[in-house]
Amino acid sequence: MSEIKKIKNLKEFSTSADRFEGANLLCPGCAHSIIVREVLNATNDDLILSAATGCLEVCTAVYPYTSWDASWIHIGFENGSTAVAGAEAMHKALKRKGRLKQDRDPKFVSFAGDGASYDIGFQWISGCFERGHNMMHVVLDNEVYANTGGQRSSSTPIGSSATTSPAGRISYGEKKNKKDMLAIMAAHGSPYVAQVAPNKWKNMIKAIQHGFEAEGPVFINAMSACTTEWKFAPEDTIAISDLATDSLVFPLYEIIDGQKLNITYRPKNVVPVEEYLAAQGRFKHLFKDQYKYLIKEWQERVDQKWDYLQRREEASV
Amino acid sequence: MAFDKMELRDIEVWDGNFAAAQAMRQVQIDVVAAYPITPSTPIVEGYAKFLADGYVEGEFVMVESEHAAMSGCIGAAAAGGRVATATSSQGFALMVETLYQSSGMRLPIVLNVVNRALAAPLNVNGDHSDMYLGRDSGWIQLDAYSPQEAYDLNFIAFKVSEDHDVRLPCMVHQDGFMTSHTAQGVKTFTDEVAYDFVGEYKPMNDMLDLDHPVTHGVQTEEDWHFEHKARQHNDLMTKVMPKIQEVFDAFEELSGRKYNIVEQYDMDDADVAVVCMGTSVETAREVAKEMRAEGIKAGVVGIRVLRPYPFAQIIEALKDIKSIAALDRSSPNGAPGMLFNELAGALYNTDSKATLSGYVYGLGGRDLTKAHLTDLYKELQANADAGKVLTPLQQFIGVRGPKLTFL
Repeated sequence: MSEIKKIKNLKEFSTSADRFEGANLLCPGCAHSIIVREVLNATNDDLILSAATGCLEVCTAVYPYTSWDASWIHIGFENGSTAVAGAEAMHKALKRKGRLKQDRDPKFVSFAGDGASYDIGFQWISGCFERGHNMMHVVLDNEVYANTGGQRSSSTPIGSSATTSPAGRISYGEKKNKKDMLAIMAAHGSPYVAQVAPNKWKNMIKAIQHGFEAEGPVFINAMSACTTEWKFAPEDTIAISDLATDSLVFPLYEIIDGQKLNITYRPKNVVPVEEYLAAQGRFKHLFKDQYKYLIKEWQERVDQKWDYLQRREEASV
Repeated sequence: MAFDKMELRDIEVWDGNFAAAQAMRQVQIDVVAAYPITPSTPIVEGYAKFLADGYVEGEFVMVESEHAAMSGCIGAAAAGGRVATATSSQGFALMVETLYQSSGMRLPIVLNVVNRALAAPLNVNGDHSDMYLGRDSGWIQLDAYSPQEAYDLNFIAFKVSEDHDVRLPCMVHQDGFMTSHTAQGVKTFTDEVAYDFVGEYKPMNDMLDLDHPVTHGVQTEEDWHFEHKARQHNDLMTKVMPKIQEVFDAFEELSGRKYNIVEQYDMDDADVAVVCMGTSVETAREVAKEMRAEGIKAGVVGIRVLRPYPFAQIIEALKDIKSIAALDRSSPNGAPGMLFNELAGALYNTDSKATLSGYVYGLGGRDLTKAHLTDLYKELQANADAGKVLTPLQQFIGVRGPKLTFL
């Protein structure tokens, strides 16, 4: 086991050497780059990385440039997890055969959007987790197919207006609730599953470091506020993220060994869900009289989930 | 962890699948990521048993689909080591996306393809539909007609594919059941000789070279995509065939078994020729000999290397032939057969005055009998005598009901 990187404060953290360069094509205000830096900077170990097709991929490896100062691979939309699993298998084989060029154990991390994780790449991730590869899968969860212009995914929440589930004269937008990927991945028996948010950076680093120390496949669902598709000003990314975590729409918690749930962040002042919704253009239509009941329902859902998480934590299950 | 050598007899009785599995064991693959499918499953099972018995030291990753199998192979190959897998038919079809990705990323991976029909209707038997499906994917494609060749061509595939001037993945095809499940005598190498022929894997742009990070699988749009594809095509057109010939020569020196980019049987003085692939080559060779007793100077051309397409070798093999039949074991679904088109393409700007007719046969494992080929050679002789094709350009042979002809 390698030594855990010590991080004293944000200044030190934000100025540590980057293996993900600021030179990339992500939108100003995109949370993806914050998340990626927080994951990469959480360790001093070598990294073998992958990205599924999506915003992160198309914005960071446009020939002849690369933003990655660590080995990185992209194959397709659905198979980024398996790309890293294949590399991890090769590392095991070459280590056993004594053919590694440097006898060091890198961390294997796959990044993918919610579309590439919850939808099209779901089977590949499930396979990787069932087989127990020593890897971390990080979902950059912006609740929409952002790279292709805002189509709904199975992570898109009820009432959100996406281009394939648009709000209209007779529709309030997306009709299905967000898929509970954390529960599904915990059910794979993963040693560590966590929901994190880049605005709560200490909390996030702790989760990532916990994940890096775990043996086996680790699942991280990172909330990634999307200025373009959630429709808020680029400078408001962290403010919106704070509303998401403090309204408990994105509760931060971890599940250890598929069994023990811990809440990892408890907001001092819980913000009404309505404030979170009101700050984003994708929910604008919900504030018409005919759809206000959906805001009430949403608050109830969030309360219920929070209650459920607390009960699980108390019961230590 | 040590692994054991296996003592083999000089000649073993193996089917094509086991011959391929043995070759995969002998080259000491670092990672096999695989998924079972009829009729290639015994390759994967054979390899799993070698692992269970301590004859293999690499990683064996049993994934959840063929798409994941090739995805895992791509990740492993980019990490930097010897990689192979096996599949057939629907599994091959599911892999197609990743076939383009692996070749476009210039990763040397060997894929044993045990040829089988494509659904619907579902069918487990051998035809060449999957082989044809892969022909534009940027892979090298070698075709084995027997278990011996399935064994031999695996070594050749690794050596060609992993060469740093080539760096392209390679398929080794064999006919489902006819080759894969038919046991024949196979001349073997010792483990040392087999491994030494292929040599130690030499990584290039390997992700696991941690001091030299690399980016694999970049984005290119209209500014660079065309150049990358053109470069890959250029290497397939100019670098691969000389390398295959070089490896064929080295292999002959080692084993005494000679392979040719285009195989020719009884072609020296032939007037009429059948061009085909897979196990049909052997049937055609027998019939050609019998036709000679009837006064028809019959020959056979077998395609050994389907991709890159042996344009010059085809022209050379067929330059003095008066009448040619292209035998396609895949439904062209609304076009002349692939071999018909590709032979026509090769011969069109030459001085050849040969007639060319196409035959579709053997779909879903239907037998191609000697009687079919006898009739076919007679048609070719009639065409040669008349100096034109007397039959329709496309005929289905061995199919029930009224004779099906087109064009």
